[in-house]
Amino acid sequence: MKLLVCISKAPDTTSKIDFTDNNTKFNEAGVQYIVNPYDEWYALVRALELKETLGGSVTTITVGNAGDDAIIRKALAIGADDAVRINAEANDAYYTAFQIAEYAKAGGFDIVFTGKETINYNGSQVGGMIAEIMGLPYISLAEKLDMNGSTATINREMKGGIEVVEVNTPFVISAAKGMAEQRIPNMRGIMAARTKPLQVVEPVACDELTTFTSYSLPPAKSACKYVDADNVAELVNLLHTEAKVI
Amino acid sequence: MSVLVYIDTLGGNIAKNAMEAVTYGSKIGSTTVVTNGPISNDALASLGNYGASKVLVDRSITVNDSSQITNLIATAVESTGADTVIISLDLTGRAVASRVSARLKAGLAVGAIALPEGDGHIKVNVFSGKAYGHVKINTAKKIIALTPNSIPVETTGGSAAVEDFNGNAGASTVIVKEVKKQEGDVLLPEAELVVSGGRGLKGPENWGMVEDLAKVLGAATACSRPVADIGWRPHHEHVGQTGVAIRPNLYIAAGISGAIQHLAGVNGSKVIVVINTDPEAPFFKAADYGIVGDAFDVLPKLKAEIEKFKAQN
Repeated sequence: MKLLVCISKAPDTTSKIDFTDNNTKFNEAGVQYIVNPYDEWYALVRALELKETLGGSVTTITVGNAGDDAIIRKALAIGADDAVRINAEANDAYYTAFQIAEYAKAGGFDIVFTGKETINYNGSQVGGMIAEIMGLPYISLAEKLDMNGSTATINREMKGGIEVVEVNTPFVISAAKGMAEQRIPNMRGIMAARTKPLQVVEPVACDELTTFTSYSLPPAKSACKYVDADNVAELVNLLHTEAKVI
Repeated sequence: MSVLVYIDTLGGNIAKNAMEAVTYGSKIGSTTVVTNGPISNDALASLGNYGASKVLVDRSITVNDSSQITNLIATAVESTGADTVIISLDLTGRAVASRVSARLKAGLAVGAIALPEGDGHIKVNVFSGKAYGHVKINTAKKIIALTPNSIPVETTGGSAAVEDFNGNAGASTVIVKEVKKQEGDVLLPEAELVVSGGRGLKGPENWGMVEDLAKVLGAATACSRPVADIGWRPHHEHVGQTGVAIRPNLYIAAGISGAIQHLAGVNGSKVIVVINTDPEAPFFKAADYGIVGDAFDVLPKLKAEIEKFKAQN
């Protein structure tokens, strides 16, 4: 199987979130970038498991600048065979999806994986857009994926539970929690990653459909109001009369 | 402005987030709804009560196939001449909104939490609710995916005309083999009240008190990541950065310290109540109401007080 996994960078989950340049840019000072957890823990690892049992190859693809090579090497250390970086800033989901679809069209991939969303923009956009541009089925929020020949059996989150669906390759899938378990790269993987191929491809022309013009932070939360553990009735009273939620 | 709102009615009913999306659309312009559920015309006509003037329904689409639903929405955009498409960011919306954006080459603002601002920019959740982004859509046609439970439902007393519609959906490429319904009466992603437990509850055998409280409140149950990872509770109950993000009106957390990754999944809650033995637990900083105490003591008492309250109100 030829598998393509879309990898994005994301700020570490413990990063302090604030903005600079008159609230137009994310403040990267002191921020550690990681592989977006959904891309790494679920999409990449499940792709590697499929390759290990069925044979084939796992390629990662990232739209980003040279600064992203560190997280790409991490994906290679976990076990991807090779990587592609489209040399452009990923500012807009459609732009990003268009670049990936353009590369994937010629590649003959059986499955294109994305994570369910990035933890910074939470958009869930790129997978569906790749599928639409390539004219492929798209299964989102998948928590289990098994292959039988060219037919995939997938558990996906649906309103009120889980739906088990079948779809034939090629298709695009977005991976959610449950699809695989996080893998920690070992020393051999880290060493091997240094020499694995990382191809840099220049972007094709594409309009950005959206622009983030500024950011803001939620208003500070007022201090917690404490209720004594022996006076739980007071909490119920506050939830009813003050917070008006019950 | 001409607005098209897509709502998922495959469950056979009109969910609250669908009413929110129709309310949202009707505040922007003249609103037509398009849907594909096995739902009665009477129920669809009731969407007029939230501001829709017309409802288009294609009942030939019987599974949740993002390709077919994209075809349906694109056909409806063409037939109505809509310049704005509203899709609720529920599980179906997450699969469909991005496809529709790529099909129409129309910019998509995902995770809107308010009506467009004066300059037309749209305020969306980013960084898992820890910040807001202000998105400018650069195209004439605009798509907005609305975060559920962000705006109140408003009623107008109206009724909508319902028309059968051919969405040119094409054949489905997805075959549904089985549907596993989640247990419990209240579904977590849609719940307005949620009771959640963490490692402080010491073991799965102690979840009865969480479930008992949830039951008297009519709430859904949830848990922290460690609890799902060690198998005390199912994964679909895990709320947090890498689990489900929820926005209930009330979130009661017992025995959860409140790591930043957990907060990312619940910081959209309107009111947060934290019960923890450790007065230094970071969750108290994000809480509206706190009880420093043992969940084993507080949860049963809270259940009894809620029962008393319900009996009186």
